[in-house]
Amino acid sequence: MPQADLARGRQAIERVGCAACHRIPGIAWPKGALGPSLQGFADQGLIAGRLPNRPDVLTAFVRNAPATLPGTTMPAMPLTREEARDVAAYLYATGSR
Amino acid sequence: MQPAAAETGPGWPASIFDPAGPYAGSITTLSWLLLAMAAGVFLVVLVALWLALFGKERLQKRLGGTRTIWIGGIVFPVIVLSGLLVYGLSLTRNLAQPVPANAMRVRITGEMWWWRVAYLDAQGQTVNTDANELHIPTGQPVVLELESSDVIHSFWVPQLSGKLDMIPGRRNILPIQADRPGTYGGQCAEYCGGPHALMGFVVIAHEPAEFRRIIAARRAPKQQAASRGSELFRSTGCAACHRIAGTNANAVAGPDLTHIGGRSSIGAGILPNNRGTLIGWIGDSQSIKPGNRMPAYKMLPAQDLAAIADYLEAQQ
Repeated sequence: MPQADLARGRQAIERVGCAACHRIPGIAWPKGALGPSLQGFADQGLIAGRLPNRPDVLTAFVRNAPATLPGTTMPAMPLTREEARDVAAYLYATGSR
Repeated sequence: MQPAAAETGPGWPASIFDPAGPYAGSITTLSWLLLAMAAGVFLVVLVALWLALFGKERLQKRLGGTRTIWIGGIVFPVIVLSGLLVYGLSLTRNLAQPVPANAMRVRITGEMWWWRVAYLDAQGQTVNTDANELHIPTGQPVVLELESSDVIHSFWVPQLSGKLDMIPGRRNILPIQADRPGTYGGQCAEYCGGPHALMGFVVIAHEPAEFRRIIAARRAPKQQAASRGSELFRSTGCAACHRIAGTNANAVAGPDLTHIGGRSSIGAGILPNNRGTLIGWIGDSQSIKPGNRMPAYKMLPAQDLAAIADYLEAQQ
């Protein structure tokens, strides 16, 4: 993803605590288990089993999941648009590690 | 390119080199002084060693003489260490001085693995309860009565004071002070079993006027309208352990949730407080803080988790 910054994405993930629900590569603690593991996300077929796994969709989903997929357990997270893009980039980058 | 482990709690990582008040300040000054003196003495020893090994013969003789041993090994340490003792004790005198009788008092009780917080009035009666977070005014000492209800814990907010053990059956007194507004992280500093490392604490210091406003707002009577969240709080069993003042949830086994919506952190100072972390904690706190005494509620569907989170977020 152009212009996205993996280091900033990681910082945003830590700041809002995504790992409270998700196991995320590179995040030592926590390893939350209420939501799915996000390991290998680039290779995953669908987001939340319903949405196409595309950068634009993932960027929208990590920031405001209920607006993207009504009924999902994942709530809107306090991320800016830029941070959401960085978070998505981080998740895709860790998939190929 | 792998940065350090996630430090997600507010006020973390807590700096031990950046004191925010007089109690932590004197300790930090003493620490630097000790470090500098140790480095100085180490340097002198290294130079003496080098001279003894490679110096001119005349110097080697002098270094090995009885006179050098007397001066360098006995007189010098006695003078330096005595001076240091006197200076160190006078520097940290403020730690042992009696605290002002009219200072704000708060009782903090160590629990496995969180902190019970009770704001006290002049008579020592509890006027407001909270957990895992403490609001204080800046520029004045606040007296903490440290107790424990189970094992030995140790209360440590490095930027505000030294650490002090919380011992079952005893009440230890620790004054803290913050001279500038801010969020200061704390940590249990005595191994207390299980998730001890995840027993964090947050102190938030406000300007005195702002502090008075916050406390007044907390003590104002609150309207509690019945909602799906409040009903679930009762029916799923949350109220068996948690208290929310003004409702019929009055249990004291777990952290008081009367002000959970206004707290900066959850899980005892370890995670930021937002909708996502709150749902993650309610649904499966065991994967976040393994061994803590709250069971996982993985059987709750999405809309129930959201309703409980709604209800808790409204508890300011």
